[in-house]
Parts: sequence; C-alpha cells; structure tokens
Amino acid sequence: MSELHDTHHRADLAPGDEEVVSVRLRVLGYLVGLALALLLTATSFFVAGTNLVWQPSIPVAIIVLAIAQMGVHLVFFLHITTGPDNTNNVMALAFGLLIVFLVIGGSLWIMDNLNNNMPPMDQIMQMQR
Amino acid sequence: MFGKLSWSAIPFDQPIPLIAGAVVLVVILAVLIWVVVAGHLPYLWREWITSVDHKRIGVMYTLLACVMLLRGFSDAIMMRAQQAVAFHSQGFLPPAHYNQIFSAHGTIMIFFVGMPFVIGLMNLVVPLQLGVRDVAFPTLNSVGFWLTATGALLVNISLVVGEFARTGWLPYPPLSELTYSPGVGVDYYLWSLEISGIGTLVAGINLVTTVLKIRTKGMNYMRMPMFCWTTLASNLLIIAAFPILTATLAMLILDRYLGFHFFTNEAGGNVMMFMNLIWAWGHPEVYILVLPAFGIFSEVVATFSGKPLFGYRSMVLATMAICVISFMVWLHHFFTMGAGPDVNAIFGIASMIIAVPTGVKIYNWLFTMFAGRIRFFTPMMWSIGFMVTFIIGGLTGVLVAVPPADFLLHNSLFLVAHFHNVIIGGVLFGAFAGYTYWFPKAFGFRLHEGWGKAAFWCWLIGFYVAFMPLYAVGFLGMTRRMQHFDVPEWRPWLMIASIGAGIILAGIICQIMQLVVSIRHREELRDTTGDPWDGRSLEWATASPPPAFNFAVMPSVTSEDAYWAMKRRAREEGVKEPDYGPIDMPRNSPTGFVCAFFATVMGFAMIWHIWWMVIVGFIGAFATFVVFAWRDKDEYEIPADEVARIDRANRAARRELITAAGDL
Amino acid sequence: MTDIAIAHQLPGLAEAAHEGPASKRIITGYGFWIFLLSDIVMFSCFFAAYAVLQGQTAGGPSGAELFNLRNVAIETIFLLLSSFACGMASVAVEARSHLWFQIAMAVTCVLGLGFLAIEFREFADLVARGAGPSRSAFLSAFFTLVGCHGLHVSGGELWLLTMMAQVFAKGFRADIQRRFLCFALFWHALDIIWVAIFSVVYLLGSAA
Repeated sequence: MSELHDTHHRADLAPGDEEVVSVRLRVLGYLVGLALALLLTATSFFVAGTNLVWQPSIPVAIIVLAIAQMGVHLVFFLHITTGPDNTNNVMALAFGLLIVFLVIGGSLWIMDNLNNNMPPMDQIMQMQR
Repeated sequence: MFGKLSWSAIPFDQPIPLIAGAVVLVVILAVLIWVVVAGHLPYLWREWITSVDHKRIGVMYTLLACVMLLRGFSDAIMMRAQQAVAFHSQGFLPPAHYNQIFSAHGTIMIFFVGMPFVIGLMNLVVPLQLGVRDVAFPTLNSVGFWLTATGALLVNISLVVGEFARTGWLPYPPLSELTYSPGVGVDYYLWSLEISGIGTLVAGINLVTTVLKIRTKGMNYMRMPMFCWTTLASNLLIIAAFPILTATLAMLILDRYLGFHFFTNEAGGNVMMFMNLIWAWGHPEVYILVLPAFGIFSEVVATFSGKPLFGYRSMVLATMAICVISFMVWLHHFFTMGAGPDVNAIFGIASMIIAVPTGVKIYNWLFTMFAGRIRFFTPMMWSIGFMVTFIIGGLTGVLVAVPPADFLLHNSLFLVAHFHNVIIGGVLFGAFAGYTYWFPKAFGFRLHEGWGKAAFWCWLIGFYVAFMPLYAVGFLGMTRRMQHFDVPEWRPWLMIASIGAGIILAGIICQIMQLVVSIRHREELRDTTGDPWDGRSLEWATASPPPAFNFAVMPSVTSEDAYWAMKRRAREEGVKEPDYGPIDMPRNSPTGFVCAFFATVMGFAMIWHIWWMVIVGFIGAFATFVVFAWRDKDEYEIPADEVARIDRANRAARRELITAAGDL
Repeated sequence: MTDIAIAHQLPGLAEAAHEGPASKRIITGYGFWIFLLSDIVMFSCFFAAYAVLQGQTAGGPSGAELFNLRNVAIETIFLLLSSFACGMASVAVEARSHLWFQIAMAVTCVLGLGFLAIEFREFADLVARGAGPSRSAFLSAFFTLVGCHGLHVSGGELWLLTMMAQVFAKGFRADIQRRFLCFALFWHALDIIWVAIFSVVYLLGSAA
C-alpha cells in the first residue's frame, strides 16, 4: 500500500526497535543486559543449591529472580520501555500476562481444590492402604 | 504402506452415511466438471482461490459457513427425528451412529459455521469501515481461510472414510483416550481442529493488528464504528484463548499417539485437568462468537433507526469488560465436577456479573431505537428478534450460573436449550443480520426482501417451537444426548421440538430461495450507488462491490459515524474530485491454498498413521513457505488513471441518484 | 459529535488526530509481537499442566532424582549467549554490515545447536533409564513442556539459516529487515521462556 512508508511514526515504535542510533550505545545496552542476566542466573543456581538461605524462602527467591531476569530481557534485548511510543506494545504484553496468570493461577487453584475434594483413583487407593 | 487405512474404512454396511456421502461426492464432481468445462477455472483460480483481498476472503469464509450450516443442520434434523420416535424403541439410529452425529453437529456448528461466519463478516467489513485498503497481513489472511477449510474438509471426509468421534463436541477423557476410543474418530476431530485452530489464530492476529495499527487519517479509537470495537475484543480473545485449545488438544494427541499420561486413568494422569483447560478456552470461545454479533446489531440498529448509536462510550466499556471478564468464569461449565463451595461461588458470581455489560448493550440498542424513524428491513427484523430471544437465553444462563441450580440442570436439556438460545438467538441471528445487511456491499445487489422476511419468521417461530419444549423437558429431568428414552412425560415435548426443527428447515429453504431469486432478479435489485441503506459508516462510501483498492483516496475522518458526516458535508458544501494517484496493492498468491493442501495431506496421514505421508506433507508445507519468502515482487501498481476511471463511475452514479431525488 | 464540539470551545483538549495507518515495520513487528504473546499463552498451558502433574510420579523417579543441574547451567549459558549474539546481529542489520551479520548469526546458530545437543542427550538418557514420557504423568508433562521449547528452538534454527541465506542472496532489503525483526523477537522470547523453565522446572524441581 503506497501510503505506508518505511520510516517510523513519531508516536509509535515497532516492538524490538529502539530509538538509540549509535552502534556503540546499542552494543553497550546488550552487554549490560547480558551481564545482568548472567548475574541473575548465577544467583538463581546458587540459591537453589545452597544451605545458607532459609529453606522455605527458596521457591519465592527463585521465582522473583526469574521475573527479574525476564524483565532484563524485555528491557535490554527487546527494548520494551514505558515511553509513549511503546504504549501499544506494553498494553499487549500486559494483556498477555493477565491471561497467563489467569490460566496458570486459575488452573492451580481449581485443580488443587478438585484434587482435594475428589482425588484421582490411585491416590484414593493409596490412602486406603 | 497406508498405516491403518484399508477398504473397510468406507462404511459399506451403513446406508445413511454411504448414501449421503455418495450424493455429496456426485454434487461436488458435477460442480467441478461444470467449472472446468465452462472455462471458469482460470477465473476462479485468479480471482478467488489465490486472492489475498479481504473482501474475497470474507466472502469465501461466509460461503464455507453457509455450506457447513446445511451439514450441521442435517445432523440436527436426524437427532430431532430420532428423539421424536425413540420412545421405548431404538429409533433408526444405532447408538454408535447417534453419538457421532451429535458430536459432528456440535463440532461443525461451532468451528465451521459460527467461527467462519463471524470471521468472514469481520474480514469483509472491517477494513472498509476503517477506511483502509486491506488487513494487516493479506497473504496470511488467505492462509488462515484455507487452513480453516482444511479442517472442515477433514471432518467431512470422516463421514465416508472411517468414522467421527463419539465423545461429544468436546472430547472428554477418559472416553477420548485410546483405551476407550481406539478408532480414528477422535483423531479426525483432533487434527481437524489443530489445523483450523492455526487458521483462526492467524485471523485473530490479522484483525487485532488491523484495528490497532491500520486506520485512516483522523479515525481515533473513539471514532471507530462499534463493529470494529467488537472485532478488536473478539480477536483479542482469539489470540488469548486459541493457544489454550491448541495446547490441550496437543496433550490429548500425545496421550493417544505416544502413550503420554496427561489425562489417562493410570500413571498419574488427571482427567479433570482436561475439563479445566478445555473450558478455559471454551468460555472465551462463546464470547468470540457473540461479540461480533453484538457489533453487527449496533451497526444495523443505528442505521435502520436513522440515529447514531446511543451511549457509544458505555458500549465500548461494556465490550472491553466482557472481553476481560470472559476469562474469569470458565469453571461454571463444570460446577458439578467436585470443586468446593468457595470456588464454585466465586465463579458463579463472576458468571452473573458478566451479564451486566450485556444488559448495558441491550439498553443502549433500545435507546437507539427510541424516537428513531425505524425502517423494518430484514436486517432490522433479525436484530429485534435477537433482542427478545437473547434476553431469554441470557436469563436462563444467569439461572444456571447459580451453582445449586446447576447441580440439577447440568447436562440436562435445559442446558442444551440455554446454549442454543444464546447461540442461535445471538450469534446466528447476528450473522444472518450481517449477511443480509452487507450482501449488497459484497455483490452489488440486494437480497429479495420478501423471502428474507419469510426466512426470518420461519427461523424465529421455528426456534421457539424447537427449543422452548427443551427447557420444559430439561426441568422434567431429561439428560442430553439420549439415543432413546422411556419416560412418557417427555414424549409430547420432544415431538413439538421436532416440528420446530421442521419449521427451521422451512426457514433455511426460504434463505436458499432468497439467494436464487435475488441472483435471478439481480438487475432489479442492483445497488447502483454503494449506499443502499442510507448508511452511517465508511463501507457505504465505496461502490458495491468496492474496487480492489476500496477507496481511491483514503478518507479523512473528523467524527463518529464518519460517512454520515461526509454525506452532510457533501450536501452542504458539494463534493470536489480528489487528486488521484497510483495505488500499490498486494499480489495474489497461491501460498494459502498450497499450504492448506499439504496440511490436509499431513492431517489425513496423521489420522491414519501413514508416517511417510506426514513427512512428505511437512516438507511440502515448509517448501511453500520458503518459496513465498523468496519472492521479490509482492505488490502490483494500479495506475492513477485506472483509479480515476473506477472512482469517477461511482461518483457519477451517486450524483445521478441525488439529482433524481432532487427532481421528485 | 461531542469531540468536535469540545474542540471548538477548548482547542487544547481535542484528541490528537490519528495520523493514518502505521508503517509496515510497525505493523509487521506488532503482529508478530501478539503472535508471540499467543505462543506464551500456549506455553503457560503446558506450565499449568506441569505444575498440576508435578507430583504424579506414579511410583517412578521425580525431578530431584533425574535433573542434572550442571547440564542445565550450560544450556542456560548457551542460550543466553546466543540471545546476545542475536542482539549483535540486530546491531549489524542497523549498521548494514553483511560481515558482522553473518558472523553474529553463525555464532547464534552454533550456540543454539549446542543447547539442542545437550537437551537431546538429556532426553535420550532419560528414555534409556526408563524415565521416558510414558512412565508417568510428571514425565509426560516434563517432556512436553521442555520438548515444546526445544521444538521452538529447532524451528528457530531453521528460520535462522533461512535468514542468513536471504540476506546473503538479497541483501538488507526492507522486507528482509522486517523478517529479521520478527526473528530477533522470536529468539529473545525463547530465552525468556527458558528462564521460566530452568527456574520452575529444574531449580524448583531439584530443590523439592
């Protein structure tokens, strides 16, 4: 369609595109992202295997570190920011995340409830022994 | 060599599918031979099969839906007939057959009538209403249509080669697992839906991107026609929900093909998880179907009341509220599966809350009609019929949303009546309203009003006669999907219901007659200007049918009801001819058709365990994509004088009508 | 309508008029972005199934007995570095450098293949030990979730090679740049999903 030029719109950015132009700054951005991600990964592995941390907090810590690392990826590799040129991209992401939480959270809650009230047959058999 | 496939797959011992299959095969062959011999094949290939034009693709989707409506309805007639006679008797359909028939009925009606119908109408209309030339991804649009057609084809092949699923339209385990469904029926279902599911997802991505990123100058979100808002909401739901269907059916496929244990009774599988996941898709699915219908009613009611839609902002809010809440109610489909009272209560309350935004919409339509000058054309009749019928269906929905009530009514005929009430009264009436409203835009001539009204009354009366008795018989305790029964109290109601099915059949015949008569009298019914209904939105600013490029110059919008404002400005200020320029349009491509061909091969091969054919199909599909990715020219140019010639013809026709009206 | 009326009285409050359709790059990128979100919803179903079936080992081995965290760490590093290499390929496309693009993509490819090799060996090993996906619901869910991710990486590798071939044959044409934008989004998203997998499946599974 002839009206669609291949420059970007002032008020809008394709997801994955960034405003930064200089090569040096772009590479720097990816390097910072890589460093942060490596740090968070190492911490996750450490927390999972160590005895230095209060044990019950380990699942929460790993999940928090995972969310943080996903954030690092989104910001440094996918260039998703909160600027006005990224609004559509962020809204789509927010909608997607809402659905993910509803599906996973809802399923876990429902299945837990169902399994408690009506356990699968082999569990009932085990309970009867 | 051919996996499980052998000559015994053809039902030589079952007269009904054999004869039906033979008749259909003869008809298809006759049509194909006529097409080839009369020389229409190049035209069809060039203008329709390889078309990436959203208008053509929209028409093909709608045509698929209408043809599949006939198949799904014949299943319904058989079911009603069986239940009318099977009192203390086996009727004429043995149980294995009857089970396949109600499974096929539901599967076809939802996936191959409801979905293609609304997607077809959205495809046809939305780019026109947004004032643009096409959807975001035209070739992908073609791929999506043809993959949907593949799914429909596979389901229909199961009638004559093999069998269909006997599990109902949602294949609940453990019945759908290999142990209890060792045949190919469930596999036909699974592969058909996995393939067409990709088609639907593709349509969802296309339409969301179009509404959010491709609108003409000046068309802010709050100036879009209501149909575009409901398109946005419905397709957001497609993107969010269809992956769940894909994943869940994939898990069942893995159970059946590779011995996994997601939903089996042994090795730790959890049958209930299937219901949970499939309804997490299933509930949004019904809103995917009904939201476009709501959008159609907003357009039709405003146009035929001669007034702008009442409460535009509240309609937008209500639509987006329905979109979000529809993802928070899915447990109401399995209240009786054993969740505790707290879980049931929360989902029950959410299910009642979701009725509120729909109520807002009904009030807004009523207020739109109030003090309007109503013109009772067929689309408006469908809309009024919808308002009455859908309210009843919605009320029965709120009734079953109460968990204790649902414990009595779950899987009874009350439930069956409820969902047919809302799907027929909501989705199908909306689709018919859209069909009669936008038919002139697509084809350049209106549909015959007399036959249209006859069809409407037959459908309306037929619906009530067919389904109100089912509410009664549900209260009397009848379970759904019964092949025979022996409770005498149910008998009269079921006989009345079968009469209703006959009245609906008369309605369908009226619709076929309407089409035949309209085509024969198309010159008298011709829409010369492109605006047969004195419309309010931009699709009526184009010729009927619109040229490939839709608008010679994309309009500049300054308000809601953009075309209404344009007409007012034209009457006040006169019309200036625009500056015509050349227009680049996307090239046609056989990618969609070829890809779907390989998908059909792969699907059939998977069903029958013909592994070498699967590999061939996969390589073919991948090669198709690479060939498509490698092409250098993806657009062709329409020169400025060609654009000018086409546009001037429509302008002249419109001017002629205005001067003729002025002379009266 | 109302906004025109408002615009006449209070010009500053009128909604900024929509400028018309977005550019092809934005349209393509956005469409692919929402496809990715739909893919993430699909993965979330597999995650949900895994979470529900995690404990259903049917008397067979559990995650703690099966998972080799050293391999998982190597897989993670490979995938993370490949994401970085893909980022470098993006920079190369912007700078229109054929050499750096092909180098960066080759590195991405090799690291991805390394990831797949380790994962394939892990799966083969589990099957050989009688801990294949048909052993228990837990293992079915594990193989499906991790295997689905692996399938996506494999598909991504095919795409990667196609992109290298296209840029080699046709240069940095606008439509090829748009396709690469989509590829980069896809590859980074795969790494994001892997973060969830190694955290929830492997680390939490081993700690349990």
